[in-house]
Amino acid sequence: MSLDDVAVSVTGISKRYRIGGLQAANRTLRETITDAVLGPVRGAIDLARRGRPKTGADDVIWALKDVSFDVKRGEVLGIIGRNGAGKSTILKILTRITAPTQGRAEIRGRVGSLLEVGTGFHAELTGRENIYLNGAILGMKRREINRKFDEIVEFSEVQKFIDTPVKHYSSGMYLRLAFAVAASLQTEILLVDEVLAVGDVSFQNKCMGKMEDVAGAGRTVVFVSHNLSAIKALCSRCICLQHGEVFRDGPSSSVVDEYIAMGGTSGSVFALPDHDQSDTGQALRILNVDLLRSLQGPQGRTTLELVVRCQAQENIAFNFEWRVVSLTGVPILFGAPEIFRHAKLKGPIGQFDVAVTIQSMPLAAATYRLELAATQAFRRVLDRVHIPFSVGSCDPWGSGFDFRLGSNWAPQFGTDDIRIRR
Amino acid sequence: MSAVRVDPTGGELRENRERLAVDKTVKAAPPVDLATHGASVQPDEAPAAAGEVPVFTIEPVRGWVSLHLRELWDYRELLYFLAWRDIKVRYKQTVLGAAWAVIQPFLTMVVFTLFFGRVARLPSDGIPYPIFSYCALVPWTFFANGLTNSTDSLVASQNVIKKVYFPRLITPIATVISGLVDFSLAFIVLIGMMYYYGVSVTHNVVWIPVLLILALVTSMGFGFWLSAMNVRYRDVRYVVPFITQLWMFATPIVYPSSMLPEPYRTLVGLNPMAGVVEGFRWALLGVNTAPGPIIAVSAAATVGILISGAFYFRRMEKTFADLV
Repeated sequence: MSLDDVAVSVTGISKRYRIGGLQAANRTLRETITDAVLGPVRGAIDLARRGRPKTGADDVIWALKDVSFDVKRGEVLGIIGRNGAGKSTILKILTRITAPTQGRAEIRGRVGSLLEVGTGFHAELTGRENIYLNGAILGMKRREINRKFDEIVEFSEVQKFIDTPVKHYSSGMYLRLAFAVAASLQTEILLVDEVLAVGDVSFQNKCMGKMEDVAGAGRTVVFVSHNLSAIKALCSRCICLQHGEVFRDGPSSSVVDEYIAMGGTSGSVFALPDHDQSDTGQALRILNVDLLRSLQGPQGRTTLELVVRCQAQENIAFNFEWRVVSLTGVPILFGAPEIFRHAKLKGPIGQFDVAVTIQSMPLAAATYRLELAATQAFRRVLDRVHIPFSVGSCDPWGSGFDFRLGSNWAPQFGTDDIRIRR
Repeated sequence: MSAVRVDPTGGELRENRERLAVDKTVKAAPPVDLATHGASVQPDEAPAAAGEVPVFTIEPVRGWVSLHLRELWDYRELLYFLAWRDIKVRYKQTVLGAAWAVIQPFLTMVVFTLFFGRVARLPSDGIPYPIFSYCALVPWTFFANGLTNSTDSLVASQNVIKKVYFPRLITPIATVISGLVDFSLAFIVLIGMMYYYGVSVTHNVVWIPVLLILALVTSMGFGFWLSAMNVRYRDVRYVVPFITQLWMFATPIVYPSSMLPEPYRTLVGLNPMAGVVEGFRWALLGVNTAPGPIIAVSAAATVGILISGAFYFRRMEKTFADLV
């Protein structure tokens, strides 16, 4: 690979944070003076008590340790990892917001960064004014913004309110405008963080669509996300960070699968509000459910992929029952493999993950609730959870019904049956 | 859920080979787009073919670093927009709006005239006390507001600092520059007062821009120091109002420096703002307080503070995003 093909080159980047330093972010002068005066005294006491002075090593965390990778020109690289794995830190270093402690990175080309949509938006300013302000903050020249202005307004769909202060905008309008400005950023290299994590489903779809365009337009993109399906869909290659180090680097699908398999998913995890996590009396508990994706298969049927994390107190055989319920509480679909197929699951004692796929559900575009229960011996419910999910529509007639249900129309024209009565 | 015994969709469900696949791994599926639908997207322009590719190198920063004035120049449009935002937003949702820019120094002048002019009967170099004090308050207010606002500027824009890179020096610079609008408004009132008191303008008025730049540089220089310190020590924002208050009384605003006996007079002259204030009176009101060679000394000191402040700021800059 020649040097010209590399857009971003990261070599041995490390970043150290002093936890003490972090806590002292807003320390006052008095505290600093007290520390300066008492610090040596405290150090001496530590020395006398433990035979060694308290070293600074305890107060230091390495958010990144010796991270190296190259991004080729035109490549779309995803970065995944748990919270605290260093995803955002690497992006902050590449965008020059913060400096690395060690190592070196080289970026060849104009860089645009989107760590958030609407950075610098001011509530008192109008939509028009914010487009210019936000554009300038993102690094666009005024001429460039002038040229893009109409496109931004059109994409944001807030034409009527463009001269209204954004504090009067609905949150949806605000986000659309903010994303529209961000999306108009035309740089060869784009660094993106979790931009898609906000807004309603249709907004996220719109963002994803734009991201796909960006990814397909031959630009170099580094995309940090918790959204594993987005990573799979957009990125050809993916890096998984763990504890500040590169854990895996390879094709997205295999890295994501491995990440899921090692139980690292923390995407759309539903912390379960009606769950008291401290209660350990139950034989088996569902700790959390990670909705990996909801996708539309052939014939417009919806398939859900989930990872359910369980905690078992004893070795028991169980299985899941599930039910899809409308938001008004009307039951729509039901499944129970134990009942239907006598399938049983047997997990180890302790924590484990179960990957669940619910396939080919004929569902119209709407939001539903999936009720998932771990059950045993047909009727004993061990634990249950509720997860909201949405089904989108791509049906060109806008009916919302994408699926095709088989139905028979075999006309049985008898003599009298179908006579139209007048 | 255990109450549900019947398959609500009847046999349909099973016919669809509905399956609850349970195993330890998720099978690799082809990449899916769950989301292109609903997005009507303009086709993107291809990135402009760049003749030369800019290369940024990111490395650990230690110690003193260069000011990168070139980069600062490249970001001049952002400077403009930030200053413009400050101006736009400053008096939003106030009834009196931009009138506040005038009311502030004007009311101060009224109070000073009552207490220092009438009650304490301080001398005013032979000109009416109201215009004597107002003429000093206009540049002073510009300086003091610039100092206070720029000290707070980094903390006030922490949301942006944590999310986007730009040369951080722009933040205090833009804040001080945005004060020029307030200055202009107050200055117009000053012209009105000069007309009212029948002050005739001399050709010394051409020095006003120079004096204004001196006030601006003083405000910016201290602003660099204080804003960078304020990121780490929030005490600074509480100290600054006291500093400005003391500084105001150390500056010949309510009194003329001609009132001071000699060693103090030179000492006060070292204060750059004393030179600015006295210079304003000399250039506009024709008072015999022409800045002497002492103003050159204080101006040189001010430039020193500006440059050292900029370097201190740049040195601290790498920690801003982590600390603010």
